[in-house]
Amino acid sequence: MSSTTEAARPSIHLSPSVTARLARRHRAERRFRRYGIVAIGLAIFFLAMLFISICSRGYTAFVQTFVQLEIVLDAEVLDLGAERDARTLGAANYQGAVKQSLRSLFPDVKKRRDRRKLNGMISTGAAYQVREMVLANPALVGTTVEVWVPADDDIDMLMKGHIDRDLPEDERRVDDDQLAWVDHLLQLGRIEKRFNTTFFTAGDSREPELAGIWGAVVGSFFALVVTLALSFPIGVAAALYLEEFAPKNRWTDLIEVNISNLAAVPSIVFGLLGLAVFLNFFGLPRSAPLVGGLILTLMTLPTIIIASRAALKSVPPSIREAALGMGASKMQMIFHHVLPLALPGMLTGTIIGMAQALGESAPLLMIGMVAFIVDIPGGPLEPATAMPVQIYLWADSPERAFVERTSAAIMVLLAFLIAMNSFAIWLRKRFERRW
Amino acid sequence: MRKTIAVAALAAVTLGGTAEAQSARDYISIVGSSTVYPFATVVAETFGKSTEFKTPKVESTGSGGGLKLFCEGIGVEHPDITNASRRIKSSEVDRCAGNGVTDILEVKVGYDGIVLANSRATDRLEISLKDLWLALAAEVPAADGSETLVANGAQTWADVNPDLPAVKIEVLGPPPTSGTRDAFVELAMEGGCKHFDWIKAMKKSDKSHYKAVCHTIREDGAFIEAGENDNLIVQKLDANPNAYGVFGFSFLDQNSDKLQGSLVNGVEPEFENISDGSYPVSRALYFYVKKAHVGSVPGIEEFLSEFSAEKAWGPDGYLADKGLIPMPDAERDQFRGDIMSMKNLELASN
Repeated sequence: MSSTTEAARPSIHLSPSVTARLARRHRAERRFRRYGIVAIGLAIFFLAMLFISICSRGYTAFVQTFVQLEIVLDAEVLDLGAERDARTLGAANYQGAVKQSLRSLFPDVKKRRDRRKLNGMISTGAAYQVREMVLANPALVGTTVEVWVPADDDIDMLMKGHIDRDLPEDERRVDDDQLAWVDHLLQLGRIEKRFNTTFFTAGDSREPELAGIWGAVVGSFFALVVTLALSFPIGVAAALYLEEFAPKNRWTDLIEVNISNLAAVPSIVFGLLGLAVFLNFFGLPRSAPLVGGLILTLMTLPTIIIASRAALKSVPPSIREAALGMGASKMQMIFHHVLPLALPGMLTGTIIGMAQALGESAPLLMIGMVAFIVDIPGGPLEPATAMPVQIYLWADSPERAFVERTSAAIMVLLAFLIAMNSFAIWLRKRFERRW
Repeated sequence: MRKTIAVAALAAVTLGGTAEAQSARDYISIVGSSTVYPFATVVAETFGKSTEFKTPKVESTGSGGGLKLFCEGIGVEHPDITNASRRIKSSEVDRCAGNGVTDILEVKVGYDGIVLANSRATDRLEISLKDLWLALAAEVPAADGSETLVANGAQTWADVNPDLPAVKIEVLGPPPTSGTRDAFVELAMEGGCKHFDWIKAMKKSDKSHYKAVCHTIREDGAFIEAGENDNLIVQKLDANPNAYGVFGFSFLDQNSDKLQGSLVNGVEPEFENISDGSYPVSRALYFYVKKAHVGSVPGIEEFLSEFSAEKAWGPDGYLADKGLIPMPDAERDQFRGDIMSMKNLELASN
């Protein structure tokens, strides 16, 4: 394209100095483009590194080693008398039944120490699993059931290849006897890796094989519901007032500067504020998602106000003038015409703010949401953690099996973030109007 | 406008409702040391699963932070139990008393060893506390034997003692906010510097100077503060065979295929050696119970009996599986007795 226009120009534009300058300018431009490509390439490289390292470490957590046991639910082994009410059934000796079934699988293991090692291969959760089964169906007492129970985390690590069989015995967490037993189980087809549903349905646990992300997901959900319910109406109302009604004077300027400033305040400061105001002054309970949601509201409000104001600004004045010209009141003009047109932009800003809040852990540290909580929270007032907090807690646990669970939890969090951001992009693409 | 009032009223009702909900708490609230956290959480989980009570909530706030929350007062908004990797201080007891928390039950949980460990790719280190202090202290006695202190110039372990390897001193350890660091400084560093009689004599004449000399770790890059996350130290040691790390015994126990513990004063950091006290760098772990809450918050007594059962804190208990070093039989019996009788805390020994 440039050659045809150059040919048509008078010769003064082709003097050597001009040509040299032109070549230099073209070079500068090409260089600048290359910088851009390098920058994008670097960003993609680091993103890919992050994804690959997390996924390669975490994907194994989605399966879990299970052992099939034939458990004899004998009333005698279970220490059960004639009574069969929920209380006695709940307190029965299920651990004993599990141990008994292992003993019948390996009748040669006699020494007390060896038996301990053998029992250690099965998760302590096995007994609770059997307990749940019996509580759900008391008629099972007296029968024999085949159950797949989770293996201990060390056996799980061995099955997944995280423990090297070739190391000397004293450097391995699984000793030679246990290796032989695992091989025996493999031969019998009684040990295998299955999909890890526990990870998606359970709360936290100190046993990696019993730990799940669901408690944290529910905690995050309650906190975000509170955040959304408060920050969206407040943010939109503030933006509407500032953009449409407020007089332009020193006060509104001051408010504007402060909102922009708040958006840049480190989140831990909001945590400290929350501790002082919500916990110490209002006396709200520690570790409650309600308080977490209140703090995250403070954090996301500036984002939502700024995005909403930008969305309102992008609605052309002709719409307002037309509405007013047709006799609409200012309120009608805003609620019938301006707000519906600005809403997609506002929602996009809100979702991005929510995604930010979902990934936040620092402010939750101050209000006691960084805690070991096993029970799935049933409401915004019950103690709960949040997803990023759960990741932090698992990253700090000594058991090797928590390494892969940490990465898996990050994958779940990333999936939520990607889903929320994609939804925001879809909203924008679908409803955005250009003038 | 009427709607606005309705919204405000609704908000007020919600807030009021929450204040109401505060007045009853049906789960135990535990705060405190990150070292006791792995053990307290296991007991809490077992307790929650095997009884009809809810699972206690356990927060990891650090020993000092936990005691501060614990001493803030009596009532459901304050925790019932706090874990500590050191004994409660008399200043903290006074603070508690000032806020009405006068009746406290003290329970020792067991012991924890602090280890110096490195990658299995290189040789195991054998070091005395004295050499360890000479390698890591900010100021050490002058080489000419005069009783003066000079800045620590040792670059390699061999500079400290020719018997040690000629490898650059590189130790990864916890930051000053950590209870592990406190214990390391008190037990290992001070234990080493006491070997110099003239420094030891200083303890009587000038205690604060003595503390500064014994407790200050060098800041010229030989000791690297690696953050509170002990897993991070483990990973770094695995990547750098020349570096050593300072952390709790349970992390060595869990990573014995990658790491080896250094012999301190000729004693290996092993379960038995920490339990019988022959390994020099070990400390006791405690928790404190607010007696006023026993009875009003459901399950505290049952939780205490779960914690003090042989199947939990005994030599073959599940806490030992998690890396806790159990107390000797007599001590376990004594503290079990204290729990039964709800004995009040006495700080006479301090």
